Amino acid sequence: MSAASDPLVQIDELHTYYGKSHILHGVSLQVGRGEVVGLLGRNGVGKTTTLKTIIGLVSPAQGRIAYEGRPITDIATHRLARLGIAYVPEERRIFRLLTVIENLRTGLDRDGVSDNRKRELLDKVFAYFPVLAERRNQAGGTLSGGEQQMLAIARAMMLEPKIILLDEPTEGLMPRMVSQIHQIIDALHQDGVAILLVEQNVPLTLAASQRIYIMEKGAVRHHCMASEVTVNDPVIHQYLGV
Amino acid sequence: MDAVAGFFQSIPIELIIVQTINGIVTGMILALVASGLTLIFGIMDVVNFAHGELFMLGAYCGVIVFALTGNFWVALITSALTVALFGAALQIATLRPLVGRDPLTTILATFGTSLILQNYALWQFGPVARKIDEPISAQFTLFYLQYPWYRLVIAGLSAAIIGGFWLFLKHSKFGVWIRATTQDRVMAQAMGIPVPWVLTGVFALGAAMAAASGVLFAPLAGVNHTMGLDWVLKAFIVVVVGGMGSLGGSIAAAIFISLLEAYASIWVSPAQAVIVSFVVLILTLLFRPTGLFVPTPK
Amino acid sequence: MTTAPLETTTPIAGPGLSHRTIYWIGFCVIMALLVIAPLVLPAFWRRFLTEVLIWGLLAMSSDLLIGYTGMVSFGHSVFFGLGMYGAAAALLLFSPPNLWLAIGFGLAGAGAAALFVAYFSTRLRDIYFAITTLIFSQIFYVIIFTWTAMTGGENGLIFTRPHLTIPFLYDARFNGATMHWFVLAMVTASFLILRRITQSPFGAVLQSIRENEARTRAIGYPVQLYKIVAVMLSGLFAGLAGVLYAIQNEFAAPDFVYFITSGDTVIFNVMGGIGTLVGPIVGAGFFQLLRELLSRLFGDQFPYLIPLGVIFIVMIIFLPQGLLGFARRWLNR
Repeated sequence: MSAASDPLVQIDELHTYYGKSHILHGVSLQVGRGEVVGLLGRNGVGKTTTLKTIIGLVSPAQGRIAYEGRPITDIATHRLARLGIAYVPEERRIFRLLTVIENLRTGLDRDGVSDNRKRELLDKVFAYFPVLAERRNQAGGTLSGGEQQMLAIARAMMLEPKIILLDEPTEGLMPRMVSQIHQIIDALHQDGVAILLVEQNVPLTLAASQRIYIMEKGAVRHHCMASEVTVNDPVIHQYLGV
Repeated sequence: MDAVAGFFQSIPIELIIVQTINGIVTGMILALVASGLTLIFGIMDVVNFAHGELFMLGAYCGVIVFALTGNFWVALITSALTVALFGAALQIATLRPLVGRDPLTTILATFGTSLILQNYALWQFGPVARKIDEPISAQFTLFYLQYPWYRLVIAGLSAAIIGGFWLFLKHSKFGVWIRATTQDRVMAQAMGIPVPWVLTGVFALGAAMAAASGVLFAPLAGVNHTMGLDWVLKAFIVVVVGGMGSLGGSIAAAIFISLLEAYASIWVSPAQAVIVSFVVLILTLLFRPTGLFVPTPK
Repeated sequence: MTTAPLETTTPIAGPGLSHRTIYWIGFCVIMALLVIAPLVLPAFWRRFLTEVLIWGLLAMSSDLLIGYTGMVSFGHSVFFGLGMYGAAAALLLFSPPNLWLAIGFGLAGAGAAALFVAYFSTRLRDIYFAITTLIFSQIFYVIIFTWTAMTGGENGLIFTRPHLTIPFLYDARFNGATMHWFVLAMVTASFLILRRITQSPFGAVLQSIRENEARTRAIGYPVQLYKIVAVMLSGLFAGLAGVLYAIQNEFAAPDFVYFITSGDTVIFNVMGGIGTLVGPIVGAGFFQLLRELLSRLFGDQFPYLIPLGVIFIVMIIFLPQGLLGFARRWLNR
């Protein structure tokens, strides 16, 4: 049940506060190299806060976060992005006034990346998302919701990340797009990229992930292999049931 | 109506054309100063009270380098670079610690800085004005005047600097970084953009623009420790009238106000012509507070 | 007739004195010290203290806006300056020069300016408000500086001090001590009035605007009207400071209308602690004291504003609540 012996990301007993509100009550989880891990839970349980704490947008009051064995709680967000942790937030948040290409360039223009490599990455991403290739010179704000989600993921891929923190990618998308997202997650997994997937869509999460965690009230309450549960499982109903 | 027509006919057309050119020349310098201010405000949300002092420091730096080398253009470039570095240091020391706090604190911090710089200049250089010689002293005949070429050079250079900067913003890597940071600071960081350094860079750029304006302006009227104050006030008016945060608006407003003042000085003294900018400000605040040259928000 | 059992209920006394008591005892102690001051201090320091009180009044007036309404104004130099020039007008136009007429004119001038500035600048929020008040202060400066016929232009106006007149009771020239006491009386009265205002329902609305302007508007308060009134009140007290300054020093000069005066005022506020009313007075004292110290240590020519500016910036970064800020809640109860 445990991940590989040297996990990519390891979180121990994370506590965070927002003003006086105690949001995370000792969250612990792991993501192994190349693993797809699902993080389920109702609204407001702290899933997004957990992701934000990993990427350094929220400072934990207590607890440890390790990436590739090294503690990262004091490292600035932009350094973490360059170290290989990519964040795709809930509302997508692409740069609306930049073109598709410029959006991609924000992640592409890093030190130590040769021009050839940049071209390769662009080609790869346009192969994944042909729609983006078509719209490469259009402003991000003119894309549809689904296209913006693709751009958000494509942009993250430009960082050549070891792990992508993916926050509710299917929210507000049509079923056709949901299956497309599933395919993308699979393709990334084939490529060896780890994914920490926060989702409300249980079937998708169970299908795409190797392991899942379920959170409630700021802490992890359940942890198992994705194959061990089905959508109708009592555990699922207990923490996510309507 | 006849009296009005008669009144306007009595002004020689040559005078109007000369004043138009003068207005555009001053307007372009003002546009350069205001652009730096708008840049810093639009991207960093910082009202840089010390901007006038950076203008003044640039001019003094130009004076010193010019005295050493005798070359105006070397003075211009050295001054811009030096003040840019100084601006970066200033931002790191006084503004970085204030990121995330009430925007009011940055006004106070830059105000404190402007006091320090002004008094430093007074202490170091004394109250007597210094001068730089014009790099091009040739003149051409414009109607009945000998009009200095240098003034046209100023206008041209200012436009070139602003234009160059706009291209930089649109096409270069740092330009994309700056635009991304302006739109969404958090996601810019998540994309690996070193946002704290982008902010420092923007401040340095604004400072360089102010310094360049200072050196360009120096041969026209001399350099002293209070020269920054008049310019920064006008620049603030330009920024408000042009629409805060709008580069195009600032430029348009700068030229508009300078032209009006140039025309006004046909009748009144320059010290009183300044009232024109105040009137424009009041009218803008009354009727289009978001800016005269900005499309009204829906 | 049955006698009820004798029950004496004694009120339970809380431990120690109540807040009110401590506050007013402190107030009386400080007042006593200030009253005795002119009798024991050498002339220089007496004058110094009087001036600190005047700057303190100016800073206090600004605190109503900064500390309680959340609006930073750089326009106080206008109100102060017009108070000065208004008093000058009264003292030059009427013979014999009358103290209360001077105050009246000064307040009228400052009030009118405050209304004018308020009308335009309250349309904008936050930074834009601050910038606009700054620009207005410069507008007034230029007008006063260039309208030489009316205002004496660059050189300002000189006039003689009026007598201290309390109708039917007293009429004599001011001397050092009576000047000080008069200023002290005016400043104290202003403090008490301002304190009353901040603790009134009106003051509560102002503070609500500071906390969350949108919500205050949503509840139904005419926010802009409240802001205009706040600026006017602030302007009146600033004008009073200007009148006192004019009377003490017997001149009015455009320098005081320059925005630097507004800047100094804001510095006093921040150094002393905004939102405390007394903090700004302490800030003014602290600033003037440092300035005096620096000029004694390093000579008159020393640019004292350089180290003062550095201290100011350091305070903004590390001590943003100012010298008295830690006591803010206590001072406002």
